[in-house]
Amino acid sequence: MDIAIEVAGLTVRRGARTVLQDFDCTLERGRITGLLGPSGAGKTTLIRAVVGVQKVAAGTVSVLGLPAGSAPLRNRIGYVTQAPSVYADLTVAENVRYFAALVGADHGAADRAIEEVGLADAREQVVTTLSGGQRSRASLACALVGDPEVLVLDEPTVGLDPVLREELWDAFRRRAEGGVTVLVSSHVMDEANRCDRLLLIREGQVIAADTPVGVKADAGTDDLDLAFLTLIRRSEEAVR
Amino acid sequence: MTARILSATIVRVLQQLRHDHRTVGMIIAVPVVLMTLLYFMFDGEQPQVSGLILIMLGIFPFIIMFLVTSIAMLRERTTGTLERLMTTPTGKLDLLFGYGISFGSAAAVQASVAAACGYWLFGMQTAGAAYLVVVVAVLTAVLGVGIGLLGSAFARTEFQAVQLLPIVVIPQILLCGLFVPREEMGTWLQVLSDLMPLTYAVDALQQVGLHSEPTGQLWRDLAVIAGCAVLAMSLAAATLRRRTD
Repeated sequence: MDIAIEVAGLTVRRGARTVLQDFDCTLERGRITGLLGPSGAGKTTLIRAVVGVQKVAAGTVSVLGLPAGSAPLRNRIGYVTQAPSVYADLTVAENVRYFAALVGADHGAADRAIEEVGLADAREQVVTTLSGGQRSRASLACALVGDPEVLVLDEPTVGLDPVLREELWDAFRRRAEGGVTVLVSSHVMDEANRCDRLLLIREGQVIAADTPVGVKADAGTDDLDLAFLTLIRRSEEAVR
Repeated sequence: MTARILSATIVRVLQQLRHDHRTVGMIIAVPVVLMTLLYFMFDGEQPQVSGLILIMLGIFPFIIMFLVTSIAMLRERTTGTLERLMTTPTGKLDLLFGYGISFGSAAAVQASVAAACGYWLFGMQTAGAAYLVVVVAVLTAVLGVGIGLLGSAFARTEFQAVQLLPIVVIPQILLCGLFVPREEMGTWLQVLSDLMPLTYAVDALQQVGLHSEPTGQLWRDLAVIAGCAVLAMSLAAATLRRRTD
């Protein structure tokens, strides 16, 4: 098994609150790992630790064998924040070309990324004039450009219609088949079913780390929603 | 710092400005409108008007660039683009100098227009060359950019950022010699004034106003302004963190 991301003993505190406590997980290369859990479980904090922008109290995070956030990683990783972080006063093309230039990719690569997220018709539109879904796709295009080896996506499909979501997941799948490691957080169970592996977390602890089939089998149900509920209840009982 | 990333950043900031016609319009027009006001306040009486407008050519770009930059940088922080940039190969200096150079060039246009209006419309006269006035104005604008970048590190919200103006800029305007000649101030005020970079910008402009050839004092002033701009940007770089809570 080829490990792309390894988190060991990670503890993150924000103020007085411990968001992640002695957290361990490994992500295989070329796989799509779905990060699931209720709001406030620590999903975004884990993602920020993986891309190297989160202050950590203890533990290590390594990506492609290098410490998370280290300089050689910075043009090998694509990151989509939860709120679309693009320049609202630039056009889609200007945004994507800027992020392309930062990682040393050309205009052609920027155009392909815009195409991939289905924004070709809106490429000359200023981001403020876009719909919410278009904005998050513009943000996604900025992460895809330059073909990073690791994609870290914090709820990239929020607010998108099912057709678009389908298209984007196809795009993630294509990239994973090409060897890209994808870590994606989501609230949508239908999306969880499309992942190779799932990481269910709650209150900073791993509750389940398995394939979707394994998670369902463990919980004794065919419904992923129900499976998570069962696993969460089980973990609560274990605490008591 | 890498040339590719620095130039991409400069282009990006200039593109942002280009899309914001109103801001560009205000950057160019506001100094001219205020100078017009000043001209009529003093009934066009020379040499008072000439002396005041000359000083304003340093103060306007400083204020405007300080404001524009501190808000621009705060937006980078609050919209998440800064966090995103920190995961890319962008260096802190790429970003800061990217802002410095692009807003600096906007300031060059502003200063040239304002100086041209000063000379041709408001009867401003300087013993020294006009280009020196523009050089001082642009350097002062870059100082404003540097202090704006640094200031934005101390503001978490737009409300806080806007209030940096009365804290950082107004004391410098009060003590730079515009209202009361520096020689007439109490010693402690003079010391404070000596510590404020805008004082050197005003002094530099007055040097150009009084002397036909660049004086040693003018070069010293320019060196102080440039030094303060670089210092402010270096401190701003030190306050930029890749990792945050």
